[in-house]
Amino acid sequence: MRREPPRALADYAPLFFPALMLIVFFVVPFSIMIAVSFFKRNPAGFYTPDFVFDNYARFLTTFFGSVLGFSLLLAILVAVCCVVIAFPFTYLLTKRSRAVQTVWLVGLLSVLSLSEVIIGFAWSTLFSRTAGITNLFVAIGLMKEPVALLPSFWAVLTGMVYQALPYTILVLYPALVRLDPTLLEAARTLGASPVRAFFNVVTPALRNTIVATLIMVFVFALGSYLLPQILGRPSNWTLSVLITDQAIYQSNMPFAAAMAVFLVLISLALVGLTLLAGRKESAL
Amino acid sequence: MTEIMKTMLSRRSVLGAGVAAAGVLAMPAILRAQEKSLKVGVYGGYFKKSFDQHIFPEFTKATGIAVESVAEPTGEAWLVQLEQAAKAGQAPADLSMMSQTSTLKGQSTELWQPLDTAKFKHYGELLPQFINKYPDGRVAGIGAVAWYITLVTNTNVYKEAPTSWDTLWDKANADKLGLLALASNSFLLEVTAKTFMGGTNALDTGEGIDKAFAKLAEVKPNVRLWYRDEAQFEQALKSGEIPMGQYYHDVTGLAAKDGQPVRSTFPKEGGIQDSGNWVLSRASKKVDEAHAFIDYMSQPAIQGLMSRNVGTAPTLKRDVLDLKPEEFAAVSSDIAPIIPRYDLYVSKADAINQKWTELIVG
Repeated sequence: MRREPPRALADYAPLFFPALMLIVFFVVPFSIMIAVSFFKRNPAGFYTPDFVFDNYARFLTTFFGSVLGFSLLLAILVAVCCVVIAFPFTYLLTKRSRAVQTVWLVGLLSVLSLSEVIIGFAWSTLFSRTAGITNLFVAIGLMKEPVALLPSFWAVLTGMVYQALPYTILVLYPALVRLDPTLLEAARTLGASPVRAFFNVVTPALRNTIVATLIMVFVFALGSYLLPQILGRPSNWTLSVLITDQAIYQSNMPFAAAMAVFLVLISLALVGLTLLAGRKESAL
Repeated sequence: MTEIMKTMLSRRSVLGAGVAAAGVLAMPAILRAQEKSLKVGVYGGYFKKSFDQHIFPEFTKATGIAVESVAEPTGEAWLVQLEQAAKAGQAPADLSMMSQTSTLKGQSTELWQPLDTAKFKHYGELLPQFINKYPDGRVAGIGAVAWYITLVTNTNVYKEAPTSWDTLWDKANADKLGLLALASNSFLLEVTAKTFMGGTNALDTGEGIDKAFAKLAEVKPNVRLWYRDEAQFEQALKSGEIPMGQYYHDVTGLAAKDGQPVRSTFPKEGGIQDSGNWVLSRASKKVDEAHAFIDYMSQPAIQGLMSRNVGTAPTLKRDVLDLKPEEFAAVSSDIAPIIPRYDLYVSKADAINQKWTELIVG
């Protein structure tokens, strides 16, 4: 099949629908949010259209800086954990028979049907002192008495990795399935062990996929606001939690919008940097 | 009973009510087409269901005024809608149930029609905190529903009921408390002021607020959970995972009646009494009907009915009520309540919120 460059306007027609969707569901709402972030907060009744920088000024403090820093670090950590677990898992999965793969994939898809609320409450039960997994450890003699594993940073991290892992696997799966098996065969013929072949051949061959997956999980994790509340202490709350507080409980839409714009810009910048670094490396 | 508990839980949940309201607002339930009618906004979910079932039909029977109930979201979304509509001369509801903070905010734009108190037979028997006045003395709102937030404990863990809010500060309770996560719904500044600073008047000045915050900071190591979601704390309280905290008196009482090892205690400093008002939009033309409704709602018999069937604390003085002692104890107490300083959440909302967030997150 030969691709012809588009000539007439009608050749661009397939693009209209996606473009329209992008405008309606992303460009317009995001523009409204940016506009609101410059509006003036009126404590007695929502906000009035204006052009002030108060909302951004309020954000620029060490307090919000540290909350933003924590949110970014948490999202990065979740992304790294997910990829470290999911990449070898998916690789091994693709080596199994078709039937086994189907069962696993259906299982993973069913995890996706769980809402964040259910995941949060399930983990909070598993980590509790009265009904949690430490009771099992006591029963088999590993621990003296049951303890509560939450609220804690590790509980938050576990919950968020659990939530993002199925996405990670489903994103990695197509690339790993399509990986040319002759690459591995060549490595093995040349004397590499399976582990060595995995790290020296499979991993570099899929570097772009891995980077793309990291970014996707990072962005996914950045928006999490329920799990940090259910499983963490206030010091583990992400910026999204504070945005929700402002928007819903304080009716301070301009400030909430300013925080959200900031979060989007910082994460876009990070994604950009990652891609840039990737490009430079491949140019070497 | 579990079903009742579930609906009770959701009644103050802002998000849930918002979603419910969006659905119901689209199709207001018109009861009966009669000549005299009144549109009444009530919090969506539990309150609307209870009012539709127990209150509105009786009112229509007694007065011949048909009621069209409108589910309103809690929080400030409804205030903003009323305000926008009033500017256009419209009233999505004539009367609305409105939180104290939102009532004050509405006052600033004269959104509420002043009420003629001569038309309320039991005006003199209302408790003073249920009469909301403009700065110049005109009455902006009359108490609609009230409830208590009290000190709750798990009876397996605490054999003796605590007697004072100061137990929250006790070092022996490290990592054992569940408290509400926002300044404006936990009212812990008021609790601190009443318990340690001689009363909520101590919060009049900036220094007083700073002092209360400093004292409140000492509670932080004792807090295991700062909750927004009520189900989260209630479950942990029942299981003993988080054996002490602040929670709704009526819901805790129902859980105890259900056999759960929980108790609600009115500390000697008083329980926290939160409430909502009936307010009349300035765009409403149904002034007489609205007064008839408030008059009807403020009767001792109806307040008793509400306490028994809806679980709200009565807005009238104790001695005019027909509630038996145990019925009264299920929803209220003779100990003077801690009444939140709603004015602070209007005049100093952002500053208090900022300090509060830094206190618990930092």
